[in-house]
Amino acid sequence: MKNMKPLTGTEAASYAMKQINPDVVAAYPITPQSDIMHGFSQYVADGKVDTDLIRVESEHSAMSACVGASAAGARVMTASSSQGIALMHEIIYIASSTRLPIVMNVVNRALSGPINIHCDHSDTMAERDSGWIQMYCETAQEVYDLTILAVKLSEHKDILLPVMVCQDGFITSHGVEPVKLINEKKVKKYVANYKPKHSLLNIKKPITVGPIDFYDFYFEHKRQQVDAMQKAKSIYPKMAKEFSKVCGKNYRYIEPYKTKDADHVIITMSSTAGTTKEVIDVLRKKGKKVGLLKIRMFRPFPNKEIVKELKNKKTIAVLDRAASFGAEAPLYSEIRSSFYEEKNKPEIFSYVFGLGGREINPGMIERVYSELISGKAKKENYLGVRE
Amino acid sequence: MVNLKELAKQESKISSGHRMCPGCGAAINARMFMMGTKHPVVVANATGCIEVSTTVYPYTSWKVPWIHNAFENAAATISGVVSAYDVLKRKGKIKKEIKFIAFGGDGGTYDIGLQSLSGAAERGHNFLYVCYNNEAYMNTGMQRSSATPYGASTKTDPLGNKRQGKQEFSKDLTKIMVAHNIPYVAQTSISHYNDLIEKATKAFEIKGPKFINSLSPCTAGWGIKENDSLKVARLAVETCFWPLYEVENGKYKISYDPGDKKKPVKEFLKVQKRFSHIINDKKAIKKIQENIDKNWQDLKKLEKCDF
Repeated sequence: MKNMKPLTGTEAASYAMKQINPDVVAAYPITPQSDIMHGFSQYVADGKVDTDLIRVESEHSAMSACVGASAAGARVMTASSSQGIALMHEIIYIASSTRLPIVMNVVNRALSGPINIHCDHSDTMAERDSGWIQMYCETAQEVYDLTILAVKLSEHKDILLPVMVCQDGFITSHGVEPVKLINEKKVKKYVANYKPKHSLLNIKKPITVGPIDFYDFYFEHKRQQVDAMQKAKSIYPKMAKEFSKVCGKNYRYIEPYKTKDADHVIITMSSTAGTTKEVIDVLRKKGKKVGLLKIRMFRPFPNKEIVKELKNKKTIAVLDRAASFGAEAPLYSEIRSSFYEEKNKPEIFSYVFGLGGREINPGMIERVYSELISGKAKKENYLGVRE
Repeated sequence: MVNLKELAKQESKISSGHRMCPGCGAAINARMFMMGTKHPVVVANATGCIEVSTTVYPYTSWKVPWIHNAFENAAATISGVVSAYDVLKRKGKIKKEIKFIAFGGDGGTYDIGLQSLSGAAERGHNFLYVCYNNEAYMNTGMQRSSATPYGASTKTDPLGNKRQGKQEFSKDLTKIMVAHNIPYVAQTSISHYNDLIEKATKAFEIKGPKFINSLSPCTAGWGIKENDSLKVARLAVETCFWPLYEVENGKYKISYDPGDKKKPVKEFLKVQKRFSHIINDKKAIKKIQENIDKNWQDLKKLEKCDF
């Protein structure tokens, strides 16, 4: 096929960025994100984009420059991982509370300490309450498509929130997959010109951005952020449907795989969903009624849709690639909370796996299903760790 | 020379009614620097006195576009704004000539924002960074910064039985900025409006990153009377505690040389409460005077250098 290209996850992200042609990109090197910026820097060097690329001296400055550029009315993108996200943390909150539609490709990597360069979701889970929309990609194809969709989603006049498009470090970012590309003209037509309502560069209408906001207004502004997230949740399905006409696939908040008649379901995010699908196909052939629910959008969290999809199941195992020390793992906690109001709910189990890039293989996932089926699963489990 | 009559006719880009203290040097700095250009200006402000006192939501004192992001990132923020301007101008979406200015206190510039400033300067964005230097963290209640002078008492260098006031000399940020090889670096003071506005005007017209360090007395932090800010700032210049100079394309030029009229530093120190505990300490005064004399001589040598 003409429009198919073998791309890594990072190449898929930088290719989407090239087609989007943002006004400003500010970024700093970090493994495993760096390849996104290598690719994009080449597009800048070759004159294939009009972007002003700011090669900042830290991720803190990357997000700070993104905030400045976005407030000045530019379409802005960046990318980062792990410690970079942690260093940006302060400004990540400022970006969302200033309601700036910045899109950031995140290549998920474990947070220090100890230092580690491989995949887990601790970096973006630490930002789950930051007011950013968070989407988790299973494949390079999703990275490519969702990066383009994220631009429109973040800039929607009733949303105006920044978006993180996350992919698994090394697993997705450095693995090569066939990616179906959209014609560049079609991408440009879809993202269209960004016309911000307010801009620092509108000299005729001077605005004050980022004022001090005390107890008499701060709370209302936070309430508006809550509303914006709710709006993102209600507007997203329509946008995804519209985008399906461009990319050929309807990216729902969640993606069920063989759940219809399943009794036992795994819930997980990102690349592990792919491994789980393989296991399901094998187990199905043996007559096991097993399925998967992939969570694509983690913020806003699609709680009702998840419950609707899974309320008649017998058991659910939630596979988290992050731990929450002293509490339940983040995705597990959300899922349990989502089912709280239900009278007849599935039994829900937690499996924390893959921290610091620890392998997750089909055998391990098969074991989870067999524990669900046999009733031998403990409430909270650690998959693949030496106890 | 700046024409005072003409200046008085200019509409201020920052309105009265803000919540800065009476006699505050920072407010004067902000107002005077923006007088340096007839072009529209866009301002980025680090967290600090100016920011908290001029934008208490839902009010603003700024008649020009203004952005505050955080404490340590005014330079990175303005580099984003300038980048947006550059690309939108290239695309023909903006036609007007706009000038960009970042204001940060010494805490936000010498200390927590130094990396951000250094990065933005090295990248060559076209903006003017002004450090309104009141020589301590005044907004958070007068703690020492790396701009606080030797001997000064602060809330984190209080007067105790074993330790009194700051034990270290301040670092020379102006020279650190000179080492960035940017086209224009200067020191000025609110006491010399001619010098300040001339330097601002010059800086605004130069392409690339510019840095001006401007002395900014803090009445509460320095322990001076509300109507003495300009007088004390003038003494800082006349004692050469705060020399006025500029470095254009690496070439040093002293803007004000008091010559034989150079006053002893005690004249500057004795009018401020933050130095009251050392004013009769001959050893300390000698140490400060020697430091000033050496720096002044060094500066004169630098001026003579034909780089």
